[in-house]
Amino acid sequence: MGKFTQTFLNWEVMAQYAPKIAEGFVVTVQLALLVVIAGVASGLVLALVRSFRVKALNLLIVAFVDVLRAVPPLVLIIILYFALPTVGVRMSGFVATWLALSAILAAFAEEIFWAGILAVPRGQWEAARSTGLSFVQAMSQVILPQAVRITIPPLTNRTIAITKGTALGATVAVGEILYQAQTGYSFSYNPSPLTLGAIAYLILFIPVVWFGRWVETRFAWKR
Amino acid sequence: METLITAFFNFEILRETAPYLWAGFKMSALLTLVVVPLGIAGGLAVALIARTQFRPLRWLVVFYVDLFRAFPPLVLLMFIAFGLPFTGIDLPAFAAVALAFLLNTSSYYGEIFRAGIESIPRGQFEAARSTGLGAAQTMAYIIVPQATRNVVPDLISNTLEVVKLTSIASVVALPELLYAARQAQSVTYNATPIIAAGIIYLVCLWPLVRLLSRFEHRQIALH
Repeated sequence: MGKFTQTFLNWEVMAQYAPKIAEGFVVTVQLALLVVIAGVASGLVLALVRSFRVKALNLLIVAFVDVLRAVPPLVLIIILYFALPTVGVRMSGFVATWLALSAILAAFAEEIFWAGILAVPRGQWEAARSTGLSFVQAMSQVILPQAVRITIPPLTNRTIAITKGTALGATVAVGEILYQAQTGYSFSYNPSPLTLGAIAYLILFIPVVWFGRWVETRFAWKR
Repeated sequence: METLITAFFNFEILRETAPYLWAGFKMSALLTLVVVPLGIAGGLAVALIARTQFRPLRWLVVFYVDLFRAFPPLVLLMFIAFGLPFTGIDLPAFAAVALAFLLNTSSYYGEIFRAGIESIPRGQFEAARSTGLGAAQTMAYIIVPQATRNVVPDLISNTLEVVKLTSIASVVALPELLYAARQAQSVTYNATPIIAAGIIYLVCLWPLVRLLSRFEHRQIALH
């Protein structure tokens, strides 16, 4: 047992790397928030654009969504960070991770919002338009509020899953939790920084997982 | 345009590196064939244990599920790949990846099966038991088949995520598709292999994405 704590819970090593992990914690939170904001907002915009039913545009949106749902996030990050520089486009690991995850979340969010918009019965549209509301007014005041309610549980779960992808940033040197933990581990040749990193993720994501559970029951539709 | 083709779609490079990519693809396929069934079996076990009358065991399962849903998969993988050897258990890369995936995906599959089992009306249990089936028989022949059918879209969706997730094995140097592509890139100084890997993922997973998109629209429309 003594050897185990010496190895995985070595106080000296932990104390030494705790400030780094705390720094990483802040970066992870920033990155996650930026991904959620950009991803959900652009997903909503794409779904709204799709509702105008312009054929060429819709084909583009569907292609965008399909590609981003089929290609693994890590592959996307690697392409942005390691492939694009060969044609002169350079970005930091932070931007590459943010762009990749935001685009993926946008794709999933678009699908979810669009399905939500379609789920609102046609009668709602017709009634709203017949009272004299314009297309935009009907969409923003009648359809969207109803659509969003149905989309909250799947959207929350998807968003949580994608924000956990911020750990992938460690592979392109983003100074988030995992990167700091890994660096600490290779400098000290002791896995205690990894333990600390794991604890940091639990502190961050256990409440988020519980929140997701709560949202699922709170917005569950009674059968 | 010319530079784009030589940088990303270089046929010469592709021909040269194709054998590596093919080997990587086979490893990715093998990994998928191991971790998906393992995850589904583990998930079913988790869902069934969660129904036990023995409270501490139930709490333990909830703890397990929340714990491994809170860890980003890459964090779990690194902890197992780099931390576990310190305990004297030195797993080969493939086994480390399989173990990380088992822990992570079984908690996701477990949640899906749990929802499926909960969707089966009590009357089904009672009717099955009253015909003389035992508790285990009731589960195996009556409840689980119906529950599984109810959650097929979620199972496919999660499986798609698991297949994409196998790309993180590249981080612990398991020579799967992304790892092979990265190696090929660093040898040839050309990004074509990475782009090719992305396209291979896209081509293999696109049918699944289409299928899911259809399921999802139907599911939300049913509300």
